Amino acid sequence: MKLRPLLRRIFVSEELERQYTNIAKPVGTLGYDPWGLNVDTNIVTMALFKPIFEKYFRVETHGIENIPASGPALIVANHSGQLPIDGVLIAYALATRKVNPRIPRAMIERFFPTVPYIGNLLNQMGAVLGDPVNCAKMLGREEAIIVFPEGVRGSGKLYRDRYQLKRFGNGFMHLAMQHNAPIVPVGVVGCEETIPAIANIAPLAKMLGIPYAPIAIPFIFPAKVILNFGEPLHFEPGEITEDEVSKRVDKVKAEVSRLIDKGLHERKRVF
Amino acid sequence: MAARRKKTKPELLVTGAAGALAQQVIARLREKYKVIAVDFREQVYLGDDVPSYRIDVNKRGFEDIFRKHNITGVIHLGRMIASEENRMRRYNSNVLGSHRLLDLCHKYHIQKVIILSTYHVYGANAYNPALIDEGAPLKAAELTMDLIDSVELENLANIYLWKYPDLNITVLRPCNIVGPEVRNTMSLLLSSKYCPVLAGFSPMMQFIHIEDMAEAIVAVINSRDHRGIYNVATEDWVAYQEALDRCDCVKIPIWSVPPIAPRLISNMLQLKSFPPYLLNYFKYPVIIDGQLFRSTFGFTPKYSLDEIFSYYRNLKRRR
Repeated sequence: MKLRPLLRRIFVSEELERQYTNIAKPVGTLGYDPWGLNVDTNIVTMALFKPIFEKYFRVETHGIENIPASGPALIVANHSGQLPIDGVLIAYALATRKVNPRIPRAMIERFFPTVPYIGNLLNQMGAVLGDPVNCAKMLGREEAIIVFPEGVRGSGKLYRDRYQLKRFGNGFMHLAMQHNAPIVPVGVVGCEETIPAIANIAPLAKMLGIPYAPIAIPFIFPAKVILNFGEPLHFEPGEITEDEVSKRVDKVKAEVSRLIDKGLHERKRVF
Repeated sequence: MAARRKKTKPELLVTGAAGALAQQVIARLREKYKVIAVDFREQVYLGDDVPSYRIDVNKRGFEDIFRKHNITGVIHLGRMIASEENRMRRYNSNVLGSHRLLDLCHKYHIQKVIILSTYHVYGANAYNPALIDEGAPLKAAELTMDLIDSVELENLANIYLWKYPDLNITVLRPCNIVGPEVRNTMSLLLSSKYCPVLAGFSPMMQFIHIEDMAEAIVAVINSRDHRGIYNVATEDWVAYQEALDRCDCVKIPIWSVPPIAPRLISNMLQLKSFPPYLLNYFKYPVIIDGQLFRSTFGFTPKYSLDEIFSYYRNLKRRR
C-alpha cells in the first residue's frame, strides 16, 4: 500500500521521525506485528493528533517518566468520555516523551473488530482486542499496555457520575503478577467533559449490538486534559486467593483515585 | 555394498503424492528414505525408485501396501481441502480414511506418523486473540459444517496420539501454504488478477512458502521423538489487502455488512477461491504462534513475504 508512506512523507515532521527511530518495535518485514500494528499508520496518526493534543485539549502531563523505559508494563487509568480519547492521549504522551519514548498498546472493546474500516484502523494504530491472551502475549513481548479496568462501565458513564470510579476488573492484576510487570497508575482529568452524556438508551444499544447508546450532544468539547502518572507499583508474583488479588486491585484503584483528585485540584477551569 | 545400503533405507509412505507439497517432500526424502507414493486421484510417476499407487485409503486393497513394504513412517498429506468435493466425500476421505490409515499404522507398528492439518481448525471469529497457540480450542466447527472434517480429523489424531504413543504422531497446523503449483484457496486468490475483498476488513494473515513447509515436514521426520501438535508459521505478518496489493491483484470490494450480504454474493458468484464458508477468514484474523515448532525442530523458514509475493507478481507479468 503506497498511501501510508506518502502520508508519512507529507504529515510526519523530522522531529517525530527522529523520535520514532529511537523506538524499537517487534514488527515483521512489511512493518506489521501480529496484532495488526503498522508503524506507518501509527506515526501518521500520531502526527495528525499533535494539534489535537497540544492545541485542542491542551494536555498537561505529569510524571510520564514513571513509565519504565523498557520491559513489560501495564498503564492503568480511569476511563471516561464515551469515546476512547483518553487512550489515544496517553499513547501520544508516551510515544512523544523526550526520553525513552515507547509505542504503547491499548486494549479495546470486543465490539470494535466487527466494525468495518474502524476495527482495522484501530489495529493499525496499535489498539488490540481486549483479551487476556493478547495481553499476556504482549507482556511476554515486553510491550507497554494501556488498560482501563473499568471497561465500558467507565467510558459509558453519565456526566452526573463523572470522576467516580466504577468497579475494576481483576484481570490486569493477574497478568501483572504472572509477567512481573509494574503497574503505572494514571489519573485522567478532562475527558469526562469531552462528550457529556445525560442518559444511556440501553435497549437501543442492545438492539445495535454496541456497549451503550448515550444521549449526548454529538460534539467533542475542547476540555483541558491533565494526565497524572503515578509511581510504578510492583506486586509480588505467586499464588494468592482472589480476595487477596481484589485487595491489590483496590490499592491500584485508590492510587488512580488519588491521581484524579490531584488532577482536579490542579485544574483551574474545565475548558 | 551400495546395493545393501539401498535395501536398508527406511521406508516411508506419503499420501496425497500428486499434490505439490507431497512432491516437494518426496524430493527431499528420497535420498535418505525409500518413499512409497500414494494418491487416490492419479498414479504419479516420480522415478523408478519411488513405488507409486493410485488407491483410496478406504479401499480394502490399501492394506496390501503395508503388507508389501516394510513401512516405518507415514506422512499423511492426502487431505481434501475445503474447496474440493462435497462435505460427505470430504468427511469420508479426511475422517474415515484417516481413521483407517491410523488403524493400519497401529497394526503394522509404524514408528512415526505426520498428519497435515490446517490453521482453519481454530476458526475465524471477531474475538480471536493473535498468536494462537496449540492449546487453544478448535472453533472452526461452530462457524460452518463445511470445516467439520478438519476438526474431526484433529480429534481423531488426538485420540491416537494418547492411545498409541508408539506411533509418535505429529500433527502440523500450517498457516497459508503458498508458492509454485499450490492449488489451495489462498494460492488461487493470489494468482488471480481480480480478487474479492470484504469492504472494510483486511485481517492479518500469515503465509509460508511451499518449500519451507516441505522442509518443516522433513525436520519432523528426521527427528523421531517430539510427538504432539504444532503450529507452523513464520515470524512475519501482513494484512490481507496489502498482500493482494503486493501480488499485483486488483481488489474487488464486496459489501460486507450485514454478514448475510457477502454470503449471498459469494453464493451467487460460486468462486472456488472465495467460498461462503471461508468468508470469515477474510474478515477476522487467525494468527497462529509457530514458536513451539521453530524452537523444537530448529526450523527457520528461508522465504520472506516479499519473495513469496514476488512469485505471484511475476506470474501475472508472464501471462
